[in-house]
Amino acid sequence: MAIRINGNEVAIPDDPRVSLADLLREQLHLTGTKIGCNQGACGACTVLIDGERVLSCLTLAVQADGRAVTTIEGLSSEGSPHPLQSAFIEHDGFQCGYCTPGQICAAAAMLRGVADGMPSYVTADLGERAILSPEEVRERMSGNLCRCGAHNGIVEAILQVAKEDVA
Amino acid sequence: MSRMQNVVIDSVKTVLGWVPERWLPGGTPDPLIMRRGAVGRQVSRLDGPIKVGGQARFAAEVAMENMCYASLLHSPITRGRMRHLDTSAAEAAPGVILVMTHRNMPRLDIIPLVSVTNLGAVGASALPIMQDTEIRYNGQVVALVLAETQEQADHAASLIQIDYETAGARTHFEAAKATARTPASVLIEKNHTVVGNAEYELAQSPFQVDNIYRTPGHNHNAIELHAVTVAWDGDTLEVHDASQMISGSAAALAKLFGLKKEQVRVLSPFVGGGFGGKGMWDHQVVAVAAARIAGRPVRLVLSRDGVYRIVGGRTPTEQRVALAADAGGNLTALIHTGHSVMPPYSACPEQYTLTGRALYRSKSYAFVQHHLDLDIVPNTYMRAPGESVGTFALESAIDELAHEMGIDPIELRLRNEPETHPLSGTPFSQRALVQAYREGAERFGWARRQATPGTQRDGEWLIGMGCATGSFPYARMPGASASIRLTREGRAIVSCSAQDMGMGTSTVQIQHAADRLGLPMEAIVFEMGDSALPTTPMAGGSSQTVSIAAAIAAAAEKLSGELLRLAGNSSPLAGLRAGEVRMIDQKLVSIEDPSRTESFQQILARASRDEISVSAAGSAPLEMLKFAMHSLSANFCEVRVSEVTGEVRVSRMLGSFDCGAILNPKTATSQFKGGMIMGIGLALTEETLFDERSGRIMNATLADYHIPSHLDVPDIDVMWTGVPDPRSPLGARGIGEIGITGVAAAIANAVFNATGRRVRDLPITLDKLL
Ligand code: FES
Ligand code: FES
Repeated sequence: MAIRINGNEVAIPDDPRVSLADLLREQLHLTGTKIGCNQGACGACTVLIDGERVLSCLTLAVQADGRAVTTIEGLSSEGSPHPLQSAFIEHDGFQCGYCTPGQICAAAAMLRGVADGMPSYVTADLGERAILSPEEVRERMSGNLCRCGAHNGIVEAILQVAKEDVA
Repeated sequence: MSRMQNVVIDSVKTVLGWVPERWLPGGTPDPLIMRRGAVGRQVSRLDGPIKVGGQARFAAEVAMENMCYASLLHSPITRGRMRHLDTSAAEAAPGVILVMTHRNMPRLDIIPLVSVTNLGAVGASALPIMQDTEIRYNGQVVALVLAETQEQADHAASLIQIDYETAGARTHFEAAKATARTPASVLIEKNHTVVGNAEYELAQSPFQVDNIYRTPGHNHNAIELHAVTVAWDGDTLEVHDASQMISGSAAALAKLFGLKKEQVRVLSPFVGGGFGGKGMWDHQVVAVAAARIAGRPVRLVLSRDGVYRIVGGRTPTEQRVALAADAGGNLTALIHTGHSVMPPYSACPEQYTLTGRALYRSKSYAFVQHHLDLDIVPNTYMRAPGESVGTFALESAIDELAHEMGIDPIELRLRNEPETHPLSGTPFSQRALVQAYREGAERFGWARRQATPGTQRDGEWLIGMGCATGSFPYARMPGASASIRLTREGRAIVSCSAQDMGMGTSTVQIQHAADRLGLPMEAIVFEMGDSALPTTPMAGGSSQTVSIAAAIAAAAEKLSGELLRLAGNSSPLAGLRAGEVRMIDQKLVSIEDPSRTESFQQILARASRDEISVSAAGSAPLEMLKFAMHSLSANFCEVRVSEVTGEVRVSRMLGSFDCGAILNPKTATSQFKGGMIMGIGLALTEETLFDERSGRIMNATLADYHIPSHLDVPDIDVMWTGVPDPRSPLGARGIGEIGITGVAAAIANAVFNATGRRVRDLPITLDKLL
């Protein structure tokens, strides 16, 4: 039994109560994944499992058995930051930085979802491919709370990366 | 907060009134106001890369050998005592190291409450911590369990059996009015303040409004949970905390545990949001005590529920605002009074009447605040304490009066703009609220607003515009110090125990130090977040930036003096004194004769020195007493209200600020917007639901307490006058709290303009509009 975390095989913890968030933070010291509520309400603990966004506080570590987990630490490739990471700095998409890893992981998966044609609650025409408007980004990112109020910068950063992806 | 304090402050102000301005600090404007290089530039946060990369280490993220984990148990009753306590099952549970209750908790004193007369104090609660069987409020910590893992600690805590004997608790706001207290002062202002006969003027004037406004309790809800990682090494203590008051916390812990100050080190380089909530509460104390008993490092992270239970928030208020005006729209009476909850063991008086004392000219005034005693977790400071909710009442009332009179609400405000502080006559240091309104109204398109409510619609959506003034007093804290170490290679290490909860403290102070020391930004290292560094006061009252700036300025002046001394008689600078030179381009330069100059490197090399170190404290903040100084804002907003559901959407928002010089437009914009967004929550969704029957908070989760989410936040526009304040370091005033002030009123006024419905109790939820 093992989980692939940022490319490394990690054994499943003995205690089945251990959440994926606690495995990352307390046992592997991958503290880029944050905990803001431990009950699925804030999104700070968002990581990617097989490319999809998941709340690691609501995921038991055992549930990730055999799957590939990517955390904020694994998002940059060979030392060069992920485009979202650079765009967040450029657009000041954070203040305290505590919600930030969760926002960035969520945004990465969200952009993939959009590219795959996944509609959202505000998508007007379900038959058409969603255009990534600011409203779409807001809706799709509403599971990630930010108390510092960096919302505008976060949305701008994501839109910029989305635009560069298309270009 | 005594009568004595009123007397002392009054007499200092009187004496200062006689002192010529140029004798005071700030008498000559800070030369950097005119000479900005790095300051004023759009600099991205220098700690950005480690924050977006997940490498910034917060308090709960410090790894230690042999660490164990704590879990807390909270009282489910409000008043009474523990009749029977059985910890045996918990002690026998797997992995448990220690169960701590009042029985084995060390006997400790009470932590002195933070106050304007004791600025070094950090206490948010004057109640004993786990010292006896008594329960004083719902959620109080009654036990702590330490175990090898968090899972084991949490489970063991659930095994503790307590049999409570309940006693009658004070939990009713209305009932508590019978025994309300009326303190002599509210912070540094006299509480009960009367000018003329306001009730008489109110009755006599042709136009008047007189209403009650209510605001509920609020919680800070920083996304980072309160956390500490604590380690003892013999008699020295290291605490990794999430703290807005690093030096003060270290001093308080030293006193509490009988240590010397040097034996305690508090580190808090990153704080995941504070907003007033990240002070000294019970959890740090019990974690330190448990770590000592167990002899092992301890990590304690509060649950979100735990934060609501033991960290107080903004208190509920009930405010009366009555305004009267003559036919010309000149105010004849301004009355602002009310009740808020503040048990005697808490520190924050929620100073909601302060804004009205400084904002408008009026023929008469009456102000007084009454405090209600309830058995609650001690309330505390939360972003713009007082002003955030006080401006809701006052600025709603102004809008109501303008509507009553058929005058544009901006026009009514401008007609009553004071020349000097309306109560004291003290001159304003700098005030350009009129300009902020004019420019804001222009950019927002205020002229398109329909004065008659309910006349703009788009299908089911009624559309309205509103505006309101925001205000927050300037503060610079005494006792800030900083050190500077200048090396021969031309680097400067600037150090102080400052805190950063997301304001961009290090970024802005590096910009500042670069200009002050005549070095490029890349040559400056800013060390902060550590009580071992020179002491700076807490981050609060929007005061930190100028407080530290004054300390760095003082240290830089001292550095000039030291360099001149080292330069000696063979230097072109020989004979000059510190005040006669400035630091530019890595050189000391005579102000009078710029040809007299020598580089730092030459001076140090000739003196055979590798480096030079100085430290100094900032001057006393006398400018605050000599001048009336406020950050101000004109808030504009547009809302859409569904006629079908009552749902309110904020569609546009603009903040036009007058806060002195803006030091970094990028980070300042974020702070302004952050405050305004918290204002959206204050107006529309946020409410700590308190069950008056049980005395228990009912919505202690982020799922049930609704802070704004992405979909609630429109693109927000921010602008500023940028006029420097001639009395403050760098010409700056505070920007951390002003953003939230006035926003709730602007939204409520827009809702009225959209619907014709005036909501006077926050939050403006759907049910109130149906
Ligand atoms: S910590 Fe997982 S959603 Fe808040
Ligand atoms: S940046 Fe602080 S919570 Fe989002």
